[in-house]
Amino acid sequence: MNLLFAILLLLSGAVLPPLTIRLGRAACAWTAAAINAGALLLMAAPLVQVFRGNTVEASWSWLPQAGFDILLRLDGLAVLFVLLILGMGLLIILYAHYYLAAHEPAGRFYGLLLLFMGSMLGIVLADHLLLLLVFWEMTSLSSFLLISFWHHRPEARCGARMALAVTGTGGLAMLAGFLLLAHITGSSRISVILAAGDIIRGHPLYAPTLLLILLGAFTKSAQFPFHFWLPQAMAAPTPVSAYLHSATMVKAGVFLLARLFPALAGTDLWFFVVGGTGLATLLFGAYTALFQHDLKGLLAYSTISHLGLIILLFGIDSPLAAVAGLFHIINHATFKASLFMAAGIIDHETGTRDMRLINGLAKYMPYTATLAMVAASAMAGVPLLNGFLSKEMFFAETLHLGILGSASRLLPAAATLAGIFAVAYSARFVHDVFFNGEPVNLPRYPPHDPPRYMMIPAALLAGVCLVVGILPAHTVAPTLNLAANGMLGGPPPQYSLALWHGLTTPFLMSLVALFGGIILYSLRHNLFAFHRRLAFAPDARALFWIAIERLIEIARVATSILENGSLQRYAALLLFAALAAVAIPSIPGNAPLTGPLPLSPIDPLTLLGALVMMTAAVTTLLWHRRRLQALIAFSVVGLVAALAFVRFSAPDLALTQLSVEVVTIMLLLLALFFLPQQDRAESSPLRRSRDLLLALGLGAGAGLLTWGILTRPFQSISGYYMANSLPGGGGANVVNVILVDFRGFDTLGEITVLAAAAIGIFALLHNLCLPPGPDSYGKRFWSDERHPLVLALSTRFLLPLALLVSIFLFLRGHHAPGGGFIAGLVTAIALILQYMASGIAWTRRRWHLHYHPVIACGILLAAATGAGSWLVGRPFLTSAFGHFHLPLLGDIELASAMLFDLGVYLSVVGVVLLILATLGKLTGRCAEARRSS
Amino acid sequence: MEAVAALTVAVLVACGVYLALRGRTFPVVLGLSLLSYAVNLFLFLTGRLVTGAPPLAGGSAPTADPLPQALVLTAIVIGFGMTAFVVILSLRARGELGNDHVDGKGEKT
Repeated sequence: MNLLFAILLLLSGAVLPPLTIRLGRAACAWTAAAINAGALLLMAAPLVQVFRGNTVEASWSWLPQAGFDILLRLDGLAVLFVLLILGMGLLIILYAHYYLAAHEPAGRFYGLLLLFMGSMLGIVLADHLLLLLVFWEMTSLSSFLLISFWHHRPEARCGARMALAVTGTGGLAMLAGFLLLAHITGSSRISVILAAGDIIRGHPLYAPTLLLILLGAFTKSAQFPFHFWLPQAMAAPTPVSAYLHSATMVKAGVFLLARLFPALAGTDLWFFVVGGTGLATLLFGAYTALFQHDLKGLLAYSTISHLGLIILLFGIDSPLAAVAGLFHIINHATFKASLFMAAGIIDHETGTRDMRLINGLAKYMPYTATLAMVAASAMAGVPLLNGFLSKEMFFAETLHLGILGSASRLLPAAATLAGIFAVAYSARFVHDVFFNGEPVNLPRYPPHDPPRYMMIPAALLAGVCLVVGILPAHTVAPTLNLAANGMLGGPPPQYSLALWHGLTTPFLMSLVALFGGIILYSLRHNLFAFHRRLAFAPDARALFWIAIERLIEIARVATSILENGSLQRYAALLLFAALAAVAIPSIPGNAPLTGPLPLSPIDPLTLLGALVMMTAAVTTLLWHRRRLQALIAFSVVGLVAALAFVRFSAPDLALTQLSVEVVTIMLLLLALFFLPQQDRAESSPLRRSRDLLLALGLGAGAGLLTWGILTRPFQSISGYYMANSLPGGGGANVVNVILVDFRGFDTLGEITVLAAAAIGIFALLHNLCLPPGPDSYGKRFWSDERHPLVLALSTRFLLPLALLVSIFLFLRGHHAPGGGFIAGLVTAIALILQYMASGIAWTRRRWHLHYHPVIACGILLAAATGAGSWLVGRPFLTSAFGHFHLPLLGDIELASAMLFDLGVYLSVVGVVLLILATLGKLTGRCAEARRSS
Repeated sequence: MEAVAALTVAVLVACGVYLALRGRTFPVVLGLSLLSYAVNLFLFLTGRLVTGAPPLAGGSAPTADPLPQALVLTAIVIGFGMTAFVVILSLRARGELGNDHVDGKGEKT
């Protein structure tokens, strides 16, 4: 459990420094250090366990059904990284306290640093692929935030964005690789996957899996050609560069390769891709580093080169090379972090990082110079320092390579060449900065050594370089052995960590690199001139920005094609997509279109009805530019639909359709008053034929679908409703009982939607003043007679009759066709007819009713009926019914569902009247507006 | 009879789609309404063609399937709400934009 607590301590502790900064900068730094030390303390017991030869595991059940648990595991490999992360973290916190200026937000800095530390610890401890990925992305995010710490600087923002884009893309590729890996092995648990190496390597998906995971690792570890983000990330404060971008985060990719080494390594593909990338990065980084004028730029390219070296060692794919790679991880972390700290000190004291300005600092800052020289010598691979040992192991490994055949001589040569460049840029770091004449135009002059405590971290690291370099067997050997054991999944082969192995080939290669490098550096003026003329290199950074711009351009073009502001095009695209979505899967068509059911005979009356309906629909289409005629044809469709419902045993539907049809046509007629009556051909012939094809395709699809359904037998769930309608719902009209009882909740939702539509319409019509539709395309033929007498009088007689019918329909709805919806529509039509026949003013004089409260009452009544069942301890909308005997009327049944239906009735009446009356008032309002203006 | 029903749905859908793709609001409203008729009919037909047996409980003879009917009943009412909203929206659009083109880009009317 300590493993989990250590991670949680760091992650949750990240909020403390921003709080404690109010107590002063020292308190803030102490808090961060205490949290870091606390995590180290928590890890102490598990670490000791591992050194005794055990593996510590911790698990926390999270989503066991999805195979996702928090699984942590501390083995030898993880120990190495835990020590690196937590140990280096303490030094960085101390260093940063002196590095950050007093006015800079140290609280935020330490918070982010702890966040990063926790995430990084999570990566190395995770025993679950997805957990690892989550922590991996968290390091990318905290790195993004730390690079952009000085967010007022454009280069910091650019660098942060680039780092996030590159490592984030890699992370996505890695996720895909992880999913494939989990698919191959059937488990996301890393310890299970490591044991399944043979299955993975033999699987046909091995190559894509490997390449995707490598993409993640290479982007994170800044391997060529994804290296370009690392130099840009140097815009971060130097403690960040020292910690994230040399010692820990960029090692995450390397760690991943080491972690999955037993599962993925051991194939030619691994050798050529990993080894090849490593070699290219090693040479490219070493060469480029020499020509940097920026102190941190030189270190960044050197870091790229050293990461390439480690990757190359892992690519060589022998146990000894793996040991050498692990050893170099330790060594590189120590000397490079120390060099970054020195570079930060120099930047801090002189105000610049340009090596053309900084010269001869040795006499101004002797202590810093000494430390930097020790670390730089380690970087160059000078004997007595740790860099020498791992580099010699590297040289030795390049010699024993059979796989390349006759080309195997090239690898030692390339390695030596990279060694020469490493010595040359190390020499430049030392000579150019600390000697080589006097400083030029320093922003701060004279420079001097920083406070003693700022140098302590760098000094400690330089000391480690020296001690490990002289006494490797007594210092680093146990940890290295443990790490190699963890990485290889077994005891590593025999090797000797010693300064002197005799006059061997690797030693000679080291000597060649040393002297070659010094000679190269002394020839630097010619070399710089040569490099300037060269200037061919396609700058990866520029390519990245071009790619980003191109991407934005493509997105813009795609957007303008898909979203050009034309609703017609959107609708066409949507319908086309719908057609394709249904048509493409049905093309292979295994099942026959026609089902086994026998066809029912055609009777002439129904056929006639269908013909009328189809003719009316086609007529609507043909006449759509003469709108009144089109509307009349359209109304026929709805009326025949009502007849069809009667014909096929749906009396409720027929009643509803009939009344809705009346209301709809009235509404459309009213609306047409405000729209042009006629219309010219709008679309081009091309568009019309396109639309026609689309319409025919969709029509055919819908028809075939209907045919397929109608000719097949089916199993309905309606048996339950039929059986329980009378005993459970107290009604014989099953459709109505479904609406108000079985599916009452749906109905409540539906009347709410209706109410929302009505309120929306009310809002749309608010303050709208429209002139009547223009008659520019033809003659207006609205009648001048506003309220025909015959109509007015007959509707007044009809009103009580209609209301009586609606009450009748409402009351009988539970047992026979009818119900709240239909009754509401009939009432609404009866009232609307009064408006139409006698005018708004006349009607308003007789009853002045606001319809909003009617709608509200309806919905509240329905909801309250439903909630009422809570009072008797039943679920929402449970209905009750009983039979009562009333004098005169006899035995009647009352059901609570009837109250619910009353709610439906009220809201339907309110909605229809609100819509139509508000629209109707539009004519009068405009006349008033015209009069007043 | 099944073929006639399927053909009717097909014609309604085709006419509805063509009208819904027009450039002026009024035909679009008509097209959408035709489409909703077609969809209602289609949903209703999933209960198959049953004649002379309305879904009333209590009898012993098999009746039409009540479930699609209940679905379509609310669909008809909601369809009215939708049509009303769209048509009023087109009025408002004419008021705001000065014409009745769906993109608001036509000449002023």
